Amino acid sequence: MAPVLELRGITKSFPGVLANDHIDLMVEKGEIHALLGENGAGKTTLMNILYGLYNPDEGEIFVNGQKLEIKSPVDAIKAGIGMVHQHFMLVPVFTVTENVMLGEEYVKYGDVLDRKKAADKIHEISNTYKLEIDPDAYVSDIPVGMQQRVEIIKLLFREADILIMDEPTAVLTPQEVEELFKIIHTMIDQGKSIIFITHKLGEVMEIADQITVIRGGKVVGSTTPHESSLNDLASMMVGRDVNLEVDKTESKPGEVVLEVKDLKVLDPQGHVAIDNMSFNVHSGEVLGIAGVQGNGQTELVRALTGLLPAIDGEIYLLGKEISKNSPRKITELGSAHIPEDRQKDGLVLAFPITDNLVLNTYYLEPFSKSIWLDQKKILQNGKELVENFDIRTPSPTTSAGSLSGGNQQKVIVAREFSRPIKFLVASQPTRGLDVGSIEYIHKRLIQKRDDGCAVLLVSTELDEVMQLSDRIAVVYRGRILDVLDANTATKELIGLLMAGIIPTEEEKQKLGSKQKQIRLT
Amino acid sequence: MDKSENTQKKPLSVFWDEFSRSNILVIILAVFTGIVLGGVLVAFTTNEVYDAFRVSFWNGLGTAIRTAWNTYVSLFTGSVGDPQRISRAFESGDPLAIRRAINPFFESLVQSTPYIFGGLAVALGFRAGLFNIGVEGQIFIGAATGVWAGYALTGLPAFIHIPVAMLFGALGGAIWGFVPGLLKAKTGAHEVIVTIMMNYIAFRLVDWLLKFPMKDPTEFTPKTPWILSTAQLPRFFDTPIRFHLGFFIAVLMAVLVYLLLFKTTWGFELRTVGSNPNAARYAGIKITMATVVAMTLSGALAGMAGANEVLGVNYRLLPAFSSGYGFDSIALALLGKTHPLGVILSSLLFGFLRNGARSMQLAVGVPIDIVSILQAVILAFIAAPAIIRTIYRLREPKHKEDLVTLGSWKG
Amino acid sequence: MSTQTETKTIQISKGILKLERRKRIIMGAVFLVAALFIWLMFVSDLDPGVETRFVMTPGGASAEAPDWVFPTSVYLNIIAGISAMLGAYQIIRGFGKRTYSILALVAIMFIFSFLAWATAGGSTNLAGLLRIMVVRAVPLTLGAMSGILCERAGIINIAIEGMMLTAAFVSTVFASLSGSLIVGLLAGVISGGIMGLIHGFLCIKYKINQIISGTVINIFATGITSYLSSKYIQKVDYQYLNEPGMFPQINVPILSKIPFIGPILFSHNMFVFAMFIFVALLTFLLFKTRWGLRLRSVGEHPKAADTLGINVFKTQYMAVILGGMMAGFGGTYFSLGSSGRFDEVMTAGRGFIGLAAMIFGNWHPVGAMGAGFLFGFFDSLSVRASLLQVNLPSEFLGMAPYLATIIILAGVIGRGHAPAAEGEPYEKE
Repeated sequence: MAPVLELRGITKSFPGVLANDHIDLMVEKGEIHALLGENGAGKTTLMNILYGLYNPDEGEIFVNGQKLEIKSPVDAIKAGIGMVHQHFMLVPVFTVTENVMLGEEYVKYGDVLDRKKAADKIHEISNTYKLEIDPDAYVSDIPVGMQQRVEIIKLLFREADILIMDEPTAVLTPQEVEELFKIIHTMIDQGKSIIFITHKLGEVMEIADQITVIRGGKVVGSTTPHESSLNDLASMMVGRDVNLEVDKTESKPGEVVLEVKDLKVLDPQGHVAIDNMSFNVHSGEVLGIAGVQGNGQTELVRALTGLLPAIDGEIYLLGKEISKNSPRKITELGSAHIPEDRQKDGLVLAFPITDNLVLNTYYLEPFSKSIWLDQKKILQNGKELVENFDIRTPSPTTSAGSLSGGNQQKVIVAREFSRPIKFLVASQPTRGLDVGSIEYIHKRLIQKRDDGCAVLLVSTELDEVMQLSDRIAVVYRGRILDVLDANTATKELIGLLMAGIIPTEEEKQKLGSKQKQIRLT
Repeated sequence: MDKSENTQKKPLSVFWDEFSRSNILVIILAVFTGIVLGGVLVAFTTNEVYDAFRVSFWNGLGTAIRTAWNTYVSLFTGSVGDPQRISRAFESGDPLAIRRAINPFFESLVQSTPYIFGGLAVALGFRAGLFNIGVEGQIFIGAATGVWAGYALTGLPAFIHIPVAMLFGALGGAIWGFVPGLLKAKTGAHEVIVTIMMNYIAFRLVDWLLKFPMKDPTEFTPKTPWILSTAQLPRFFDTPIRFHLGFFIAVLMAVLVYLLLFKTTWGFELRTVGSNPNAARYAGIKITMATVVAMTLSGALAGMAGANEVLGVNYRLLPAFSSGYGFDSIALALLGKTHPLGVILSSLLFGFLRNGARSMQLAVGVPIDIVSILQAVILAFIAAPAIIRTIYRLREPKHKEDLVTLGSWKG
Repeated sequence: MSTQTETKTIQISKGILKLERRKRIIMGAVFLVAALFIWLMFVSDLDPGVETRFVMTPGGASAEAPDWVFPTSVYLNIIAGISAMLGAYQIIRGFGKRTYSILALVAIMFIFSFLAWATAGGSTNLAGLLRIMVVRAVPLTLGAMSGILCERAGIINIAIEGMMLTAAFVSTVFASLSGSLIVGLLAGVISGGIMGLIHGFLCIKYKINQIISGTVINIFATGITSYLSSKYIQKVDYQYLNEPGMFPQINVPILSKIPFIGPILFSHNMFVFAMFIFVALLTFLLFKTRWGLRLRSVGEHPKAADTLGINVFKTQYMAVILGGMMAGFGGTYFSLGSSGRFDEVMTAGRGFIGLAAMIFGNWHPVGAMGAGFLFGFFDSLSVRASLLQVNLPSEFLGMAPYLATIIILAGVIGRGHAPAAEGEPYEKE
């Protein structure tokens, strides 16, 4: 029998990048096929081609042995291919039913929506696949895990046989991940095939039947969980012996730089995002905040940097209460902020690099005198920082928008690190960057720590937190469940806490004494 | 990569490459294309052209081109002056004849002046990410407050009265800009809607002011009294040339706006807020403040446009005195790439067009509204450079060309 | 675990409640202020015995109704009392989903009070006022629906004014040439559609900022219609191009005979009836059909629509063309429904007010028509300001709708319920 899906020689280039280079992929019926690769390896591009969102430059697609031209999502849907996108494709102001049937609506009298019939079918699907859902709820009102279920129902509603899931676990708690894995197995039992895209090795080992590893747009290997180890997969994925371990010495924590007491913060929708949180950060140490995305990290960072008001509690920076202060006041006290979304918050893309490098110091000497900007000094500063921080650009006056992601992040790091700072908040500092830039940023962060700066690292990449931190605080639903010593903390223990489960002392002992596993998982 | 390519090419083609990628070429071609299209429109709304086409195609084409050409010649002589007439006037040595001959040029400058103020107002708003569609209303209010200061404040010497009256105009416009700015900053109400509403309120308010409190009691129709001679912006020549100090005030304002935007920390803040409000917040810039300040200054500049007209040209305020300066200002601010120097240049273009179009209307019977059509077409080309690049097969730019950054109603 | 989930849920609802409560109290305060205003400004100004006379039959009406005479201060006291009670209930308990309907009710009561006060001791033709209100609402509502069609698909349309003006001109010429109002109407509607297509072309294909594209169309429409108008149809030689005629008044059988309501609602030319039909039709299409669901999905989350096989660009083109046609239909009202000729800039900013009516009406056809009625009422009132017993300059009454828009926009809607993806050009990667 022919494989349910076969890709042959898929090639796709974007201006300046060869995203997919003659990729071959074969998926058998009833198989969970993991597509493994780093950020930017070309996984998502490949799947967008398969789903008809991009058109390939070269290559052929076979479904059940039949050669198909997939020019748009319509063709993909017709061929029985469905995709759960990394960023959910749901209309928040529509109900679950409306979202599910959109594009494939049940109608009566010509064009009138038959909501009831659609809701009945959704009930039927949710019974078959054990996907609990309220068809009449508005998507904006339901939690993320349930939104993902809606996405899956959307595919089943269209009777897709090949389901592509792009990084489906990124936004889920460990329990929700387990729940998802159960659903995946149910779907396999019903005869579906699944392509599971991820860069997390542990998940691959747990769920995949077949693994294809992609690097730099090429297939670099194909294996199964039985035939390979985490180490093999890791070096295949990154392309060299992996040493993402950061060289760092034991920290020498000094006095308390940041002290947070009973902090309470609401998110912009008015929900409690940070709930009576207390912790402190010492000079010369990295405190890592671990947790699944959406457990209050964003709001914590915004509150600490003055971008979101606290409704209760205190924040002391170098002994000064700052919870009511403006972002500028806090910056002036010696605090620096590498924002989560560099393009949205950290840079003015239309401005030249030089201006971005003085974005929060333009009003100070030497960059200005009274109200007058000193363009010469700003340019000189730009030249120096471009040099010192190895920002790859044709000129320091090029606009920030034309730089690559890694170089944009370097601009932010250069700006924040070039002034005397005592406290640094780094939020998702390496998100979406290539390995080279990740290493560079990590080195710089540790350097800052060794200079005596207090560093608060917020990252949803557990590996990153474990590599860089001296202490690790685990957040769950706006609370810190525990603060662990990074030298003894294990992934299992942190994982439990991330899921909101507080282990007993005995369990802790047991988990703590276990051999530390490879950190790359 | 780029460098090695360049060294192999001739310097001229390198220059052409650079030039064809630049915005200036697009602007020049946009204006050119607009004028050509305008000519086509004129030709095809002229009866003689149709008559000629009935004779033969070439006859028709010739007549069409001649008609368009004549139109633009009369536009040119109407806006710059007739060279023959000027040389004759200078030969005769009669000062009045000379002044009459060179008057079109100076009258064009007079026409350009409110455009400079208005264009600066719109451009300043755009730089701060705000779309001030309310320039028209701000001009009305500025004219009303300016004219009041001109006739009601008595006993002041000219060197005090003129700046005071201009300031009153600026103040009136500033209030009309401040309200939408404040509402935008505090409640998120979109400035486009609020300024449109403020326009209608301004029109009705000025109507009422002219009918009642500010009406000249000796007149039968609603008009204000004449302003005092001490408030009149001085003119540089005798009649009929109306060229007055306002032009230089406008240019001075352009310089000030340039300095403000690009040389001061305030301008840095405004531009940051305009380009990326999130980054501005991150950088500790007070967005509320920047929004209110930008709208207020924008309104003040527009108010000066109104004051300039009543203090420099009309010397009193009549109903419906502004003929769409505010809306034209939007087009010319974009044409000038929201840069003060660009605004001056495009204001001169619009001023000359408008002035020329008047005599064109008299000379060849082409309605003055052709100017609006030209403006719209040119603006479309400037905003969508891709159209021009396609027509003339120019190189695509490497980066996205964004004219302005504006939000939707959500603010 | 489970206890934590519960506490979280409680906190979430607490957070939401806090915001909801603030909104609730503000709204209640608005009702109370309305009541106070009636008492302090209107009732205290009246002689206790004075009466208000509302004439309930407009001039030349198809059905007669007796005048409505009532003691002014008694009625106003009752209205203020009801308003105060509504305010108190709103602050303490809240009307929840019905808050906006109650707001509309209070607004109507307030306007009624104003009118009763302004008429006290004399008489006002209420029916005439309301009849004109309905007529004046027509172009505003049609314009607003043009905006709704475009914006629900994610395209901002501030070019309604220009589209209307173009259609007014084109319909005049075509109706005059053909001698048929229907031909003129169709030509006007098509010309509006073409303007919509141009708007779509500029902002979907070339991704121009949608507000700028709208401005281009407005300037162009003003220019070209004024140009052609002064070149041709205002000239004596071409006068025959500016004699399109007008759609006749239709008296709906039976319904138009109903006293008071008949002449107000059922005795107009076809534009008024078309407005009601279009409002009902668009509401149905947008919220009950596949077509509407897809259109709205494009305005809310174009990428999601795209991944489900809905052609975003096609949908947006369709929406702007239909929106243009709707504006075009509204434009023909000026020439074929109201004045029977074309004059330069005859739309006089109604397109912009239509835009305000759209926002005011929360991007919903019925809401937009309500806003159209409100603006239409003030419009109609400002014309008759001199007939009122109180000396209020017509200019100030004329300002009222604009002020109301600003207040509503700033106070109630603010960042608003605009379609989420509005104004952002969709980029297919």
